[in-house]
Amino acid sequence: MAILMGISQERIVVAIAAGLFVLFSIVLPGFLDAGNLLSLIQNVSILGILGVGMAIAIIGRGIDLSILSTMPVSVAWLLNLVNGGFPIWLAFLCALAFVVAVGIVNGVLIAYVEIPAIFATLAMGIVVYGFGKSLLVPIEAVYVTGGESWFYSIGSGRVLGVPTPVIVFALVAAAAWLFLRYLKPGRFIYGMGDNPAAARITGLPVRPMIVLQYVLTSIIALVAGIVMATALAGINTRLALSTMVYDVILVVVLGGIGLSGGKGGIRNVVVGTILIGILLNGMTIMNLTYTIQSILKSVILLLAIVVDTLLNPRDEQTAQHGDI
Amino acid sequence: MRGLKLLKALAAGGALLASVGAAMSEPYDDGQSKTYYESMKGKKVAFVPLSMGFDLTEGWNAGLQNQAKALGYTVDVRDPNWNVEAGVQAANGFIADEPDVLILHPLDQQAYNRIVPKAMSAGINVIQVNLKSVTNGDAYVGADWYDLGLKQAEAIVKACGEGSGKNGKIAIVTGQAATPTIVIGNQAFEDVFAEHPEIQVVARQSADFDPAKAQAITSTVLKQNPDLCGILGVWDGQDTGTAAAIREANMQDQIYFVSSGGGSKSAACDNIENGSFDAYVSYDVPGQARDLNAAVKILLQTAPEPGSAPFALYTPLKILTKDNLTPSSCWTLEDMKAFGG
Repeated sequence: MAILMGISQERIVVAIAAGLFVLFSIVLPGFLDAGNLLSLIQNVSILGILGVGMAIAIIGRGIDLSILSTMPVSVAWLLNLVNGGFPIWLAFLCALAFVVAVGIVNGVLIAYVEIPAIFATLAMGIVVYGFGKSLLVPIEAVYVTGGESWFYSIGSGRVLGVPTPVIVFALVAAAAWLFLRYLKPGRFIYGMGDNPAAARITGLPVRPMIVLQYVLTSIIALVAGIVMATALAGINTRLALSTMVYDVILVVVLGGIGLSGGKGGIRNVVVGTILIGILLNGMTIMNLTYTIQSILKSVILLLAIVVDTLLNPRDEQTAQHGDI
Repeated sequence: MRGLKLLKALAAGGALLASVGAAMSEPYDDGQSKTYYESMKGKKVAFVPLSMGFDLTEGWNAGLQNQAKALGYTVDVRDPNWNVEAGVQAANGFIADEPDVLILHPLDQQAYNRIVPKAMSAGINVIQVNLKSVTNGDAYVGADWYDLGLKQAEAIVKACGEGSGKNGKIAIVTGQAATPTIVIGNQAFEDVFAEHPEIQVVARQSADFDPAKAQAITSTVLKQNPDLCGILGVWDGQDTGTAAAIREANMQDQIYFVSSGGGSKSAACDNIENGSFDAYVSYDVPGQARDLNAAVKILLQTAPEPGSAPFALYTPLKILTKDNLTPSSCWTLEDMKAFGG
């Protein structure tokens, strides 16, 4: 244990990522190509953006399983409104209001009604999907028809040769990093994630902070959704039923953000995302089947959780209410 | 007495008029039409789709509702939302209600293997639409997935194979590996490529019917194979992701991309027009809705002993390219809702 405590998970992941990188560069022709490396990051940038949102929730000792419903439903509604003749800014405001509302409901359920985050957001995800499917978006696959070209280029353009999803990922990560590190509410999130009871005693507004935390996560989900929709020329609300939420948890936990809260930062998400990117890219080049890829990914998630449990052991102080 | 006679005469006249009037309000019968309408009235049809909310099922339902309304029967829908268990439950619930016809849109080949015989032994005629259980019902309406695979593979052979002057290098981006569409379609691909050894499949990946995965996979495949000639996709919903990757790599002129699907305007024709899809095999949902209505009406009129006279209506497939596209090549849900299938 003592040896384990000396190494941070982030370093382990960086080492594994570096190892795989070197291995693939030697073994797989074309891997080290600059184009491939850019597309490697681009392919996981949506995952990375969602990971940043999830990281904020997890650092505050919560989790948000509803982002995989919030993301497609809000963006599909946005596209529906635009296709129905709404100006883009108004449709965007509607979608923004929707995700903020989802975040507030999540936060209130967790902070004031004191439902454990995992159950509140799990249920909320189903509510959002059902509500969206029955009232907002009757057809699950919504396409970007026409649309203004600047909007389209959010997900499918290039700036100085760098694909825009990568840039959006970098911007979201940078904003979240600045928020968590230099802004008071950001520091509060660490404080209450580390020890909610102590945070409350020292006078932090824990309940409003929890609401803020889920609103932020929801807004980041909207950003990820817009990138996805403009990259793929459409979005499918069925994503809510997919297992992508586990991929998001994977990049967060893998990077070394402890599920018990208060630990880690945005750098961990970036590291976790890049490792998954290298892995997926390498497995696709090797032409491995989808099932094998899923098994490998799941085994890695399991290993990450085991390492997380060893490095961040539960004790009386951390294993309080709200701990997942 | 005279008054009574007059009254009788009036009554008789009235009766005569009434009977003439009744005869006038009788609908015209050409010898079949009367029984046709009578056999439909008040009947119950039940429909368990794979999930509502996507172009195929919404289109079929619009067609079904339209005819049901016109002919006086009902079509009830229970939406299992992509869930096998919910689908089985919905079907069992319907069987207890004893509809005249049960329409099933199975999630996979095994999902309704017990439901189909159970419904038939309860005296309910069963139609399966677009996907088939291993167990046959009274009718199958939908695509022949093998034929669809053949048409897709032939399209790519024409673009990349012998005589095209191209290198024959192609990639296949399929959906969930175990679904009949993919299993049967892949068989067809293999059979066509066996006769065309010049076709070289350099990558075969499954994107799980998810456009985001399709995009990620395709962009990697394109980086690995910059001289790729063509890609086979399997369903327009997923294939928009593949198309996005091709567009992004600026390889739209080089890659011949073959897709397939139900032929709705936004998924098919728009993408053919803007160059995302080079060829598209459409199973034409309005046509399928019409076939589905035909199967329902045949069963309601003939009410055969379940399983005694099974039949299939395989959908005539349309191959759409930029060159043969017409305003009526695709459909919109608004049109389907307004005019039926």
